[in-house]
Amino acid sequence: MSTVTDKTPAAAPPGGNGTGGGAGLLRLMLDGLRRNMRQYGMLIALGLIVVLFAVWTEGDLLLPRNVSNLVVQNSYILILAIGMMLVIIAGHIDLSVGSLTAFVGAMAAVFMVRNDMPWPLAVVLCLAVGALAGAIQGWFIAYGGIPSFIVTLSGMLTFRGLTEIFLEGQTLGPFPDGLVEVTNGFLPEAGPETNYHNLTLLLGLTLIALVVLQEVRDRRRQQEFALDVPPLKLFLVKLVALASAILVVTMLLASYKGAPSVLLLLGALLVGFGYVMRNAVIGRHIYAIGGNLPAAKLSGVRDKRITFLVFLNMGMLAALAGLVYATRLDVASPKAGLNFELEAIAAAFIGGASMSGGVGTVLGAVIGGLVLGVLNNGMNLVGIGSDWQQVIKGLVLLAAVGFDVWNKRKVGS
Amino acid sequence: MAGPVLEMRSIVKTFPGVKALSDVSLTVRRGEVHAICGENGAGKSTLMKVLSGVHPHGTYEGEILFEEEVCRFKDIRASEEHGIVIIHQELALVPYLSIAENIFLGNEHATRGLINWNETLRHATELLRRVGLDEHPETRVADIGVGKQQLVEIAKALSKRVKLLILDEPTAALNDEDSGKLLDLILQLKEQGITAIIISHKLNEIRKVADSVTILRDGRTIETLDVKAPETTEDRIISGMVGRDLEHRFPERTPHHPEEGAAPALEIRNWTVHHPIDQQRKVVDDVSLTVRRGEIVGIAGLMGAGRTELAMSVFGRTYGRHAGGTVLKDGREIPTRTVPEAVGHGIAYVTEDRKHYGLNLIDTVHRNISLSALGKVARRGVVDEHEERQVAEGFRASMSIKTPTVFEPVGKLSGGNQQKVVLSKWIFAGPEVLILDEPTRGIDVGAKYEIYTVIDRLAAEGKAVVFISSELPELLGMCDRIYTMAAGRLTGEFSRAEASQESLMRQMTKDKEVSR
Repeated sequence: MSTVTDKTPAAAPPGGNGTGGGAGLLRLMLDGLRRNMRQYGMLIALGLIVVLFAVWTEGDLLLPRNVSNLVVQNSYILILAIGMMLVIIAGHIDLSVGSLTAFVGAMAAVFMVRNDMPWPLAVVLCLAVGALAGAIQGWFIAYGGIPSFIVTLSGMLTFRGLTEIFLEGQTLGPFPDGLVEVTNGFLPEAGPETNYHNLTLLLGLTLIALVVLQEVRDRRRQQEFALDVPPLKLFLVKLVALASAILVVTMLLASYKGAPSVLLLLGALLVGFGYVMRNAVIGRHIYAIGGNLPAAKLSGVRDKRITFLVFLNMGMLAALAGLVYATRLDVASPKAGLNFELEAIAAAFIGGASMSGGVGTVLGAVIGGLVLGVLNNGMNLVGIGSDWQQVIKGLVLLAAVGFDVWNKRKVGS
Repeated sequence: MAGPVLEMRSIVKTFPGVKALSDVSLTVRRGEVHAICGENGAGKSTLMKVLSGVHPHGTYEGEILFEEEVCRFKDIRASEEHGIVIIHQELALVPYLSIAENIFLGNEHATRGLINWNETLRHATELLRRVGLDEHPETRVADIGVGKQQLVEIAKALSKRVKLLILDEPTAALNDEDSGKLLDLILQLKEQGITAIIISHKLNEIRKVADSVTILRDGRTIETLDVKAPETTEDRIISGMVGRDLEHRFPERTPHHPEEGAAPALEIRNWTVHHPIDQQRKVVDDVSLTVRRGEIVGIAGLMGAGRTELAMSVFGRTYGRHAGGTVLKDGREIPTRTVPEAVGHGIAYVTEDRKHYGLNLIDTVHRNISLSALGKVARRGVVDEHEERQVAEGFRASMSIKTPTVFEPVGKLSGGNQQKVVLSKWIFAGPEVLILDEPTRGIDVGAKYEIYTVIDRLAAEGKAVVFISSELPELLGMCDRIYTMAAGRLTGEFSRAEASQESLMRQMTKDKEVSR
């Protein structure tokens, strides 16, 4: 699914001169690869990890049921990682998201289980609670001038405590079926009897059509503006690669119960936030304040407002993750979401974020999250204990960022 | 007469692409105070860095003799062991440590790694008495003013048994009273046998403390004068500092003749700004000036004159505390409390420090160019990437920015090309008034010419340009009118015809008392 929106942050179109011959094609591809080393590097690493575990588990990793599971199991970390990426790009950090996830889960249970509130209303309220929590923290950071590390560390303790207070130390569930169906179900069955899930197939094919259409339109616009475009051959290779990747994932999912509904949610977030970060003015401003705050201020960027909004958004996404997580377990627990903030932060850094801010893409965060997710899942399948799992994940984080640092030094930037 | 304590012979120092020192010799006699003066960029600080080992032996040519011994310092520590201590313009104190801890930082009174506090405090008290600083040694450095911090630096130097004390513009950040005290202290130390080298722009200061003065210009020694000799006049020093002929380094300009009656594009009235931390200090003091459309107006001043502070405080109050004054555009008062307000009223400020305040170095050329006016390539909050790219390509051509593609990170470009990106960014914002702060700093001659051409074009298009620079030839070559600033005040205004390097420099080196 990472390929779904490969185009979203795939950064600079190579500025080739458009005269690549047959032999030049490979060179052009390598060129583009080098240009976006961080992005493709992680994609390749993800591919290698998938292949490694596919072989190691004798194909179990890629069984349709497991692929479907993988998506659902990691969805909440991926949701958090998307928000966290924005926070880190802006030059901040958010340690409170794990606790906030638990807190919103608790609120959801209080609303729906204890007070029998209709679930659509409760969902809206929960998102509002998350946004409010993010806004409060964002206010202290942006306008109060307190470092985000401190504010969100305080939030981490506060929201964890509030979770226990609201739940009175107990677990609370189950959630209404309607909501569980939406957050943890699959797309409904439809159409004639085939061996595949029809709606998922239809969705996948539509997606391929949309991606191809978008790419072609993009290319035509570039030509219209008399800008250099990559040569036609390279363009076709890219299109075929994109389409086949989508097709493979579609077939895998369609041969089990179909696409999990949370996958649609993730796809929407990935496309939406990818688009905002790449194309919207506010996205640019987030990169600018993280990259060089004084210069951004002198360019007229309203840095405080942007910081505030970034944290508000993080709060709302944490609420979303909290809802997905609580309904997946079908119970709100005071211990929910432990260490989620660290997983999300690790995903962002594996996916190319920089400690000093200003760098990273939403797609990168998702790839980073998937690397961790596939590692988790694969290691579970081959029976590695959780003790060693943590050691390995720790080393992977170090290796990923270390590679990045080394690569940058080599390039000399 | 005492023999030389220091001799620096034919020092040559090259940085990639720039020859900072092309042949400098300096002889300092034992027990004297020796001043070094020259324009910004003449090579004063570089020379002192060579002397103190900041630029280690092997990175320069020529030789250094200290106390008749050839010295090859490999770092600062090595030069300090010989008793040469440099006090930099930016003080190197740790704000949250005490005075005593700062004095002995890296040089602690300790046995087996444990600090002997009694000895530390005793020694610190003694040193503070010597420099005349009446503060408890356990006071945090952050809690005392800049003037006193300067004294702590000197106490620190004394603790290292200094023989040759180098002060790089020691009074640039001080008020009059503190400056006076510091100069007195230098004279006292001279009595105690400590030789001092003082880098300074202020001629009255040189008169007060120095025995001899060496003038540097463009990385060369011009001459060394005896300050007490009758033929050493301020004019003599000034002509030594600026004596450079103007070649054809500027585009042909038709001087601007403002239409009578029309209100100036930008007028600043009675602008006063206080230092952001030391609120007693006026950094900009009652400055009033005007700029008309199509006119290039220069502001000349040496380091610390308050030019940048003036510009930044006008541009969205990005420096200091505003303490009075108004900004008028076309005769109407406009608010400039925030950057968006200033930009909204058609003012642009191109910073002197492009790396810190001008560019996001890790981002691409095209995104840097569009940042201050993203709205122009966006519709309903969404940036049109193709249009943005086209804009960047346009500037790449018109400003001849040398870059493989506009997607290159700006940090990889040369200084001159980075400067063109900053200029493009602000030209794209479409301002009517451009404040250019040292637009040619740190870039090579060819790129300078290109920047001058751009500035000329902007004026021809009817924009009002404020050109801040400490290089007099470029102001004389480019400006229709030139103001001079010194110590936060305007000290003169010259038409193109009246201005000369000497007349400008005289006003730039004036101190407050003189100008009143």
